Amino acid sequence: MPVKEIRKGIEKIEILDEEGNVDNSLEPDIEDEKLLEMYDDMVFARKFDNKAFKLQRRGDAGTYAPFKGEEACQIGPAHALEEDDWFVPSFREGAFALSRGTSPAKMMRYFMGDEYGNKVGDSNSLPVSIPVGSHMIQAVGIGMANKIQDKGSVAITYFGDGATSQGDFHSAMNFAGVYNSPVIFFNQNNQYAISTPRNKQTASETLAQKADAYGIKGLQVDGNDILATYKAAKEAKRRAEDGEGPTLIEGVTYRLGVHTTSDDPSRYRSEEEEKKWKDKDPLKRFEKYLMNKEVLTEDKKKEIEQKAEEKLEKAVEEAMEMEDPGVEKMFEHVFEKVPERQQRQLERIKEGGER
Amino acid sequence: MMAEKNMVEAIHQKLKQKMEEDSSVVVLGEDVGVNGGVFRVTDGLIDQFEEERVMDTPLDEAGIIGSSMGMAINGLKPVAEIQFSGFIPQGFHHIKQHLARMRMRTQGDINVPIVIRAPYGGGIHALEHHSESQEAIYARTEGLKVVMPSNPSDAANLLEAAIEDPDPVLFLEPKKIYRSFKEEVKDEEVKIGKAKKVKEGTDITVVSWGAMARESLEAVEEAEEQGISVEMLDMRTVFPLDDEAVIESVQKTGRLVIVSEEPRLGSIAGEISATVSEEALLSLEAPIKRITAPDVPYPLYKLEKYYMPQKSEILEGINETVEF
Repeated sequence: MPVKEIRKGIEKIEILDEEGNVDNSLEPDIEDEKLLEMYDDMVFARKFDNKAFKLQRRGDAGTYAPFKGEEACQIGPAHALEEDDWFVPSFREGAFALSRGTSPAKMMRYFMGDEYGNKVGDSNSLPVSIPVGSHMIQAVGIGMANKIQDKGSVAITYFGDGATSQGDFHSAMNFAGVYNSPVIFFNQNNQYAISTPRNKQTASETLAQKADAYGIKGLQVDGNDILATYKAAKEAKRRAEDGEGPTLIEGVTYRLGVHTTSDDPSRYRSEEEEKKWKDKDPLKRFEKYLMNKEVLTEDKKKEIEQKAEEKLEKAVEEAMEMEDPGVEKMFEHVFEKVPERQQRQLERIKEGGER
Repeated sequence: MMAEKNMVEAIHQKLKQKMEEDSSVVVLGEDVGVNGGVFRVTDGLIDQFEEERVMDTPLDEAGIIGSSMGMAINGLKPVAEIQFSGFIPQGFHHIKQHLARMRMRTQGDINVPIVIRAPYGGGIHALEHHSESQEAIYARTEGLKVVMPSNPSDAANLLEAAIEDPDPVLFLEPKKIYRSFKEEVKDEEVKIGKAKKVKEGTDITVVSWGAMARESLEAVEEAEEQGISVEMLDMRTVFPLDDEAVIESVQKTGRLVIVSEEPRLGSIAGEISATVSEEALLSLEAPIKRITAPDVPYPLYKLEKYYMPQKSEILEGINETVEF
């Protein structure tokens, strides 16, 4: 699995294949302890994702957009970056957020319809962005500010294959190139924008090659290979920090689940195709690698799964027990201070209770 | 005997009929083809009319609206779908800067007869940007007609009028009541810009449109049970706004309640209120009451009940205005 040139100037990195075989010449040097942390995060993220889906199905949460199958695209880069690097997500990057230390209970509250779930504290993260493709330019601006203020850190922004169709994608790539913004564009090409397949999204052969038109670096990685996503993000961070500019990484992956809990993929893709991608599962693959490397054992695996299960149950409990927001939460943070007119509206609603 | 249809079925049926009648009608939008639209409004159309007339577009609202314009200028009648009205802003520059102005700028030489369909409105426990009711912004896009039906029959007949209209029409579909009830859908002419008198009455006028017209109707029925004679108007179109119908009704009843799920400032409700104050002040026996959402962004769903006007609040508003 060498680095392949898939188009002129566009390379594809694959390090770890479906069987767990590794290309030693490309294998990143990651300490065992960190490898286990990455695995731990992956196990937990997968369980979280399944649980959030179930919470929606049983009526305890609203619409949820699962990331199952895309964990390597997120957890690899999450470990390649530092705490002070900025994270500017779309809406399917729960695994990155969890890996970075976002409280799972808080994340659940978002899907439970509580604005508290969007709080980011001082984590150098933006909240999820639902209007597709609209947020990447903000990451570019964050990068520009990092550069102007010599802050040293970089910004990573995530978006899907569909997002590359938006005009705002052009704005983001163009500004990034022009201002040499220290930003990493991580494109999770999961093959579908709801029902629209990647080949109907753009006539471009790859998404990575779009970088070329903006004078920035673009490459493709096997998005189900956590070693490749880690390595690509690490190198992109180095480039950004060394003033070599932005990088577009196209992670070729697959959404194993539904677009959201309102979606029915059987309308637009075959079981056969799904099965093919299930065999490429990033979690299974990483597990094989760690077993082969003897970093992970059956006992250790059980222990990690058990701990993840407990942590998840605790998070669900915590989320379910949190008090629901009062009506003032709808007004409190629209501005720094509630304007008088809005204050009067709040009071009127309070008087009427649930209107 | 006609089969009863819900609003999704009524719109679907009308689209299919128009496409059969007129080969220049094309449908485009995100997921409208193979997937049949996320609400299934365009379900099956791609099988009947093929990809050339039912286009699964790239994920690009500006692209959808801009290309619809081009197609309309050059002989087609595009019916574009924006998946949720909360995503119209990503193509709004085309609407505001080009679509609504082309006829005026070319002094009538170029018209752009497109229909943009978009589900709008709250009360369905949806995600962010999936619940807005921002019709006032679009009504303030001078040169654009804005239609908001409240029942399957009107939806079908107004869609017919919108597709036949020589000017651009934004067709906002109240997704909260997409499937909430069925009725017999009769083919009849419904003009864009004309309100419908839903009920005759003498004590008070209640005005609404879209999903809130349905909510209001329930409150109105309860008020009638309490012995209040209510005249109810369903505006059906918010631009052009049927001022005449409201003024005429208020001149008879002397009382007005306007119900809308829009944020209050700069709302259509405010415009109706201002117009009645100007034109029928001396007929008023009580202050005009507006029941609207507050001036805050649409919240996540745990707070939705505080944001959306509720039936009880409408009933209370009617009572207060009558008792003033």
